[in-house]
Amino acid sequence: MSIDMSQFYQTFFEESFEGLDTMESGLLGLDVGAADSEMINTVFRAAHSIKGGSGTFGFTAVADFTHVMETLLDEMRSGDRLVTEESVDLLLLSVDCLREMLKAVQDEDEIDTVRVADVQKQLEKLLNGETSNNTGTEKQDQSNIKEAVEGWNVSFKPFDYLLKTGNDPARIIKEFSLLGDFTVKIHTDNLPLFKDLDPELLYFSWELTLAGNVDKKDIDEVFEWVDEDCELSIHAIGQTSPQLNKKEEKISETSINNSPTPDPTSQEKPSASEVAKSTGKPKTIPKNSADQGSIRVSIDKVDALINMVGELVITQSMLGQLGENIDSANIERLQDGLAQLERNTRELQESVMRIRMIPISFAFQRFPRMVRDLSHKLEKEIELKLSGEQTELDKTVMEKIGDPLVHLVRNSIDHGIETPADREAAGKPRVGLVELDAFHQGGNVVIEIRDDGKGINKDVILNKAIEKGLVSENDELTDEQIFDLIFSPGLSTAKEISDVSGRGVGMDVVKRNIRELGGNIEVKSIEGKGSTITVRLPLTLAILDGQLIRVGSDTYIVPLVSIIESLQVKEAQVNAIASTAELYKLRDDYIPIVRLYDIFELEPNSKELKDGLIVIVEGDGNKAGLYVDDLLGQQQVVIKSLETNFHPVEGVSGATILGDGTVALILDITGLIRLSREVRDQAA
Amino acid sequence: MSEAAQAQTTDIGIGAEENSETEQFLTFIMANEEYGVDILRVQEIRGWDVVTPIPNTPAYVKGVINLRGTIVPIVDLRERFGLESIEYGPTTVVIVLRVVGETTDRIMGIVVDAVSDVYNIDNADMKPAPDFGSSVSIEFVRGLSTVAETMLIILDIDKMLSGNDTNV
Repeated sequence: MSIDMSQFYQTFFEESFEGLDTMESGLLGLDVGAADSEMINTVFRAAHSIKGGSGTFGFTAVADFTHVMETLLDEMRSGDRLVTEESVDLLLLSVDCLREMLKAVQDEDEIDTVRVADVQKQLEKLLNGETSNNTGTEKQDQSNIKEAVEGWNVSFKPFDYLLKTGNDPARIIKEFSLLGDFTVKIHTDNLPLFKDLDPELLYFSWELTLAGNVDKKDIDEVFEWVDEDCELSIHAIGQTSPQLNKKEEKISETSINNSPTPDPTSQEKPSASEVAKSTGKPKTIPKNSADQGSIRVSIDKVDALINMVGELVITQSMLGQLGENIDSANIERLQDGLAQLERNTRELQESVMRIRMIPISFAFQRFPRMVRDLSHKLEKEIELKLSGEQTELDKTVMEKIGDPLVHLVRNSIDHGIETPADREAAGKPRVGLVELDAFHQGGNVVIEIRDDGKGINKDVILNKAIEKGLVSENDELTDEQIFDLIFSPGLSTAKEISDVSGRGVGMDVVKRNIRELGGNIEVKSIEGKGSTITVRLPLTLAILDGQLIRVGSDTYIVPLVSIIESLQVKEAQVNAIASTAELYKLRDDYIPIVRLYDIFELEPNSKELKDGLIVIVEGDGNKAGLYVDDLLGQQQVVIKSLETNFHPVEGVSGATILGDGTVALILDITGLIRLSREVRDQAA
Repeated sequence: MSEAAQAQTTDIGIGAEENSETEQFLTFIMANEEYGVDILRVQEIRGWDVVTPIPNTPAYVKGVINLRGTIVPIVDLRERFGLESIEYGPTTVVIVLRVVGETTDRIMGIVVDAVSDVYNIDNADMKPAPDFGSSVSIEFVRGLSTVAETMLIILDIDKMLSGNDTNV
């Protein structure tokens, strides 16, 4: 009889993590003191669904914890409690804590109970602390007052659109009647003249008086579905005794809370981290299964897809008919049909790709929180501006770009933005500005991280690089090259190493990650004015712009992003070094020539450089000139994995299927350059 | 497994004893020897077609083909076993097999001289292979069996085509 609930877990976790993100962004958007009630409502609703879900699935620890948060949020939204900096901080902390709990549950790990208890205690303290000052309504701790209530006065003033939400006040009142004896008073003051009456609107309000000792929760439940569409106030009759009661309860509750965790910080914290360590290993296994992940696709996209498939079917049947009786008169129609098929196919491909696309706000949403935390920590005042959040990007790219972006934003804040005092001294506004901007450009997504901080001091970088032996003192570098040095391993210009940044690991990793995604990164900076970091990413990992090349009878594909230029060989420019390596002098550069046929052991049309072409490519900062027989066309190719049924091959990043159905290999330029070095070393 | 095998028996229509210990094998000819592979691993049989060679792989890896959108590597079994290679002719076929690996299954094709027959072989009739010093490494052989007076070499395709082996 029992339903296997675990099949819904994945959905629950996804929704909950989404809910947590909503809560976080909502909390960050709250203005202390004058909070937007809609915003609090949003946060409250998210908490409420997490509570409901975790209760349903039997994650009681999560449900209990969320309940306390919800209570606090409920007070805020009903206006019984002011939104203070302190409470928002605590709620953010609770969001983190809740996220950890959910992660632990998801990975079937143990929940860090000490931390949870600690945060929960803080929450309860805040709640109870307020309770003692609060003589007003009994929104909080309903359970405590139920004992001594003689009855309830309920004022129910629905908003006029209530009927349109599908709720019927008559049914609500009927439900209410089940709670006990009650009297009802109806206010008809608002009822307009008959000619002005709109039959779809509701003009009444009610005063309900319920006698007897009823749990307030039960009353709340009756109005649960409409409490956002009405003015509802519930007052207990006979307030004095419960008030006293409440205070007593409060005291006893605090003492209970204190006893189980007398010293939560000093002794139990290390043990908690030990727990985390010891459970660290099995964590990775369930993670994998979760990584499979699902994706939320808007109905629009699916509808578009279905439409397109419909068109495709029509085109197909048209072509089928034409194919049955082919004669020269039909040729033109056949060509039309084929053109239509091509268009259908391309559209279909585009919309299928679009399914994988999600707005970049998924990657951006963590930054408001991060900037807030960092600015507190570093005592800097920072404003974060996000724009272009709707720019869409492939889900896989998005997942991989998150960490590099975090790193870049951290760097901007840590190294870029000055302290308020420094900024004022430099004649800038106190508050530093960090901007994140995303937009489409050609077939790429561009993400810009701009700050108006102190910029990059070229001399400092250059000196550091010389000190580390990355460049020699006599090198003359362009600005671009100097800025590019910050991506070299082991170069950090932070005078003090903070735990935010400054260890010099990172920027090189950032660059490598971005290159792995087939993108690139650029830095521009004006000292004293600020820096701009531009990250360019391909829209998707599944399709690549490729240049088809030919060596002998084989066709290969070079990713267009790695090609700098293609040229015909002028023999005067070729220099051989010790007969093993050849260099091609291109303007001021000497570029090693890589003969593809040599590395791949192919039979070329000609081994004479002048007969073929050289494609100048760049991989991981190294340039090379690929010697090939011929350049064929350029086209978008769908990347297929070689590894699915085979194993990785050095110098080849994947395969694709060409128009004629044959397979062509896609070259991995970085691997190819490495391979050519090995071949050369062996020859030498 | 046995259920599936039996279902297949009826489909193919070969009179076989409905015995749970019977397995079906697809046999093929190579250098006048007959070899067998588990028929449940056979995905399809196709004629030889041009392949795209993969650089820096052993000679027996002929290359990859496009099998309805999947990239499938093709191994020449003669070369794999160190037999003398012959010109591909009209009977030359590619048997596409599912190879079960430790982590994932893979699809691979083997080039053989010709396909022969489908036999039901009782497990009891399968003899362990002696070290007969042939070109076929003993570890690839699951057993030997006799059908109509001829010897049949049953291959263990998982060992034969598993990960490390197709590496350089």
